[in-house]
Amino acid sequence: MLESLTQRLSKVVKTLRGEARLTESNIQDALREVRVALLEADVALPVVRDFIARVKELAVGEEVLGSLNPGQALVGVVHRELTVLMGGGEAALDLAVVPPAVILMAGLQGSGKTTSSGKIARRLVADQGKKVLLVSCDVYRPAAIEQLRLVAEQAGADFFPSAPEQKPLDIARAALEFARTHYHQVLIVDTAGRLAIDAAMMEEIRQLHAALNPAETLFVVDAMQGQDAVNVARVFSEALPLTGVVLTKLDGDSRGGAALSVRQVTGQPIKFVGVSEKLDGLETFHPDRMSARILGMGDVLSLVEEARKAVDVDEAKKLADKFKKGKGFDLEDFKQQILQMKKMGGVSALMDKLPAQMAQAAQGAQVDEGQLRRTEGIINSMTMHERAKPEVLKASRKRRIAAGAGVSVQEVNRLLNQFEQMQKMMKMMQKGGMAKMMRSMKGMLPRAF
Amino acid sequence: MRKHRAWCARRACGWFSLAQCCRSVCCQPFAGILPASQYQALVYCILIEFSYLTRSIEQSDSAPMLGLFKSPSNDTSTSWFARLKTGLKNTGSRLGSLLVARKIDEALFEELESALLAADTGVAASAELLRKLRDRASRKKLVAAQELKAELHELLVEALAPLQTTMEFHGARPFVIMLAGVNGAGKTTSIGKIAHLIQAQGLSVMLAAGDTFRAAAREQLAAWGERNRVSVISQPGADAASVIFDAVQSARSKNIDVVIADTAGRLHTQSHLMEELKKIKRVIAKADPLAPHAIWLVLDANTGQNALSQFKAFNDALGLTGLILTKLDGTAKGGVLTAIAQAQAGAPQKQASISGGRAANAVVPVVFIGVGETMEDLRPFNANEFVSALLDQD
Ligand SMILES: Nc1nc2c(ncn2[C@@H]2O[C@H](COP(=O)(O)OP(=O)(O)OP(=O)(O)O)[C@@H](O)[C@H]2O)c(=O)[nH]1
Ligand SMILES: Nc1nc2c(ncn2[C@@H]2O[C@H](COP(=O)(O)OP(=O)(O)OP(=O)(O)O)[C@@H](O)[C@H]2O)c(=O)[nH]1
Ligand SMILES: [Mg+2]
Ligand SMILES: [Mg+2]
Repeated sequence: MLESLTQRLSKVVKTLRGEARLTESNIQDALREVRVALLEADVALPVVRDFIARVKELAVGEEVLGSLNPGQALVGVVHRELTVLMGGGEAALDLAVVPPAVILMAGLQGSGKTTSSGKIARRLVADQGKKVLLVSCDVYRPAAIEQLRLVAEQAGADFFPSAPEQKPLDIARAALEFARTHYHQVLIVDTAGRLAIDAAMMEEIRQLHAALNPAETLFVVDAMQGQDAVNVARVFSEALPLTGVVLTKLDGDSRGGAALSVRQVTGQPIKFVGVSEKLDGLETFHPDRMSARILGMGDVLSLVEEARKAVDVDEAKKLADKFKKGKGFDLEDFKQQILQMKKMGGVSALMDKLPAQMAQAAQGAQVDEGQLRRTEGIINSMTMHERAKPEVLKASRKRRIAAGAGVSVQEVNRLLNQFEQMQKMMKMMQKGGMAKMMRSMKGMLPRAF
Repeated sequence: MRKHRAWCARRACGWFSLAQCCRSVCCQPFAGILPASQYQALVYCILIEFSYLTRSIEQSDSAPMLGLFKSPSNDTSTSWFARLKTGLKNTGSRLGSLLVARKIDEALFEELESALLAADTGVAASAELLRKLRDRASRKKLVAAQELKAELHELLVEALAPLQTTMEFHGARPFVIMLAGVNGAGKTTSIGKIAHLIQAQGLSVMLAAGDTFRAAAREQLAAWGERNRVSVISQPGADAASVIFDAVQSARSKNIDVVIADTAGRLHTQSHLMEELKKIKRVIAKADPLAPHAIWLVLDANTGQNALSQFKAFNDALGLTGLILTKLDGTAKGGVLTAIAQAQAGAPQKQASISGGRAANAVVPVVFIGVGETMEDLRPFNANEFVSALLDQD
């Protein structure tokens, strides 16, 4: 894993501490770390340069104010400025035109145009009840049209058939006409992936744009893209009046510096982020979160949001009530937790979203999802009564459970021990709230935190 | 308190650590403040965190609280990966123009470093290259900028040469090749190209539609099969492993020389999908203990530093025998390969031979590069040519 800015700056902050004011030279040190962190996050070099210059200027301003801790002030400036650069606010689709409002998708090969078309369609259909038509102008890639047809079906949108023998421009015109006569409110036009240096293909999409006069022209960019993002984005934004960006594959572990580059070059807001291959994997873009991600601050908010979606709300409420009423947290609840955690993509998915310091603490630790499965297996082999009252578990029952789950009795014992520990934690949480729990944890730990 | 609630929601307090945030007094009655599900998410965080804490206290190998984390194995992969933390890519036209009729000076070195960085070289790899370059420049007493460029070329070729290889498909029949990679990297398209190349060598090919997830993935591979006039084994509804297993069996009964298996794109962070890949590999081995004879990771040349994580994760999961670098016909030069080469440089310098079994610790070479979207757009990897393109020399 790359070193996060939080980690980097924590070193710098140390060197800054004890100094009353920021001097040119120690800003320089800190900024060098910021620069390295941004480059490692794949932010394009020219964008990094601009950013550093800007932060430098502002940080010197902070000095005049004489903030308490110069290091904190710098971190604050960096995060804030990055957030500003990422767009400052959220941006929605603007489809307020005489229908059909056309959305034109453009981008490199494999960036996620077709999938994103389906995701946007699904969102418009499911959330806004719009009548949406999808059409593919990708007459080049094998089965590209079929892919969009299937995606449209999943999204609950209408599909305008096309064929590889047709010309993209003809397809687009026919689809637009069809959408008009059939009162579709939105027409989403998927296009073939193209290289920025492919003059003929860039001309093609320019013509498509001219014929369709889209309300939204979205540039689809892969979050894993490197420094070249800045060049590609420039060419696309020169060829097309882009109105927004879709940042895909953000569910990986890329830092997503391309987001910053593309935002900067196109001047257009990132309207959506793709966070899964499935059609519900589309989210609104939050500049503050993205800047935290680029800086390696983890993404706890996303985690919370994901939890809200993946978690069965009623179940969760019941559980929370149990905590609050002080009623026991039993093994069945534990199993539910494991299931919920699985729904959210497993421990490793959660790990990726933890803030830097926690992730740091975890470094080197390997997530053992198999252990989780075994734990689930053990609990599954218990009767409901045993789950609620683990204290009834004596040797013979343990042997039965171990046999049922295909594990050793020691493993069953270990689980019970762990569970007991956990119950203690839960109790602590009920009594003193998290702060107390955290404090006690802190007491148990020599250095960190 | 209400104020802090809003703060937390916006994460204005930074949340550098949840513990940090929650230690602040205002978070105290968290449970009451947050909706149940959010609360639950926080509980996860804490449980996870706590399991580390207990681990570090106990310092024993008894399982941490939730038993979710194996204690870090003291293997060498960490230090190996630390070295992996470099990157190299796209050395664009800038380098070419920089070096015309100029004397070597400090500014030139700095410009070179910037150019390397802008080309996705990565901070550490750029610094390393520059260090070596300075060293050689002074040792060889270079004066002209042009000489420096030649030196850089040489440095890069030295780094990349170990990745050069010649592909042979002998040693087993059917010779089973499995492709893997992140979403949209170019797996399916590469299969179409490889099938074409293999047929041109007079060998027979069969394709296995192992992507049972993505919409129209089967149809896409089928189209490539049609173009190449080779049969494609696919079964709607079946799981990837069994489709590929069947293909290997069928190829054997039909005396087919090579089987190429497609797999669904997956991000290397999706552990259950990585497990699925391992399972596919295991199941193929049931058809032939030495199969898959080749496991290739498809990398998109556009990818930045994340390519290194991809390489490491897929290699760890599958034991790669080769790489394919696609989309080199674009403006991205794929210099990330240099970082991957550097990362492997620690391993024994053993030219990997693809045919037959594979030796542990062999360097994972680049078996092909992709330079377009047609059947013919596949090339062997040549370090010298690659570096020339990287440095924009003709
Ligand atoms: N994990 C993940 N995968 C994604 C996301 N968006 C798209 N994908 C996957 O990325 C791959 C490429 O997506 P497509 O929608 O086919 O990309 P495209 O831009 O239409 O590709 P071409 O038409 O070939 O240029 C597919 O495997 C998708 O499932 C995302 O947000 N997360
Ligand atoms: N320009 C160029 N495009 C390529 C190259 N290789 C693949 N592509 C394009 O990249 C896009 C994605 O390729 P696929 O073969 O579908 O990628 P994949 O890895 O199978 O994708 P998933 O199965 O969805 O994960 C397609 O539009 C291909 O035509 C290449 O070498 N050059
Ligand atoms: Mg497409
Ligand atoms: Mg594919």
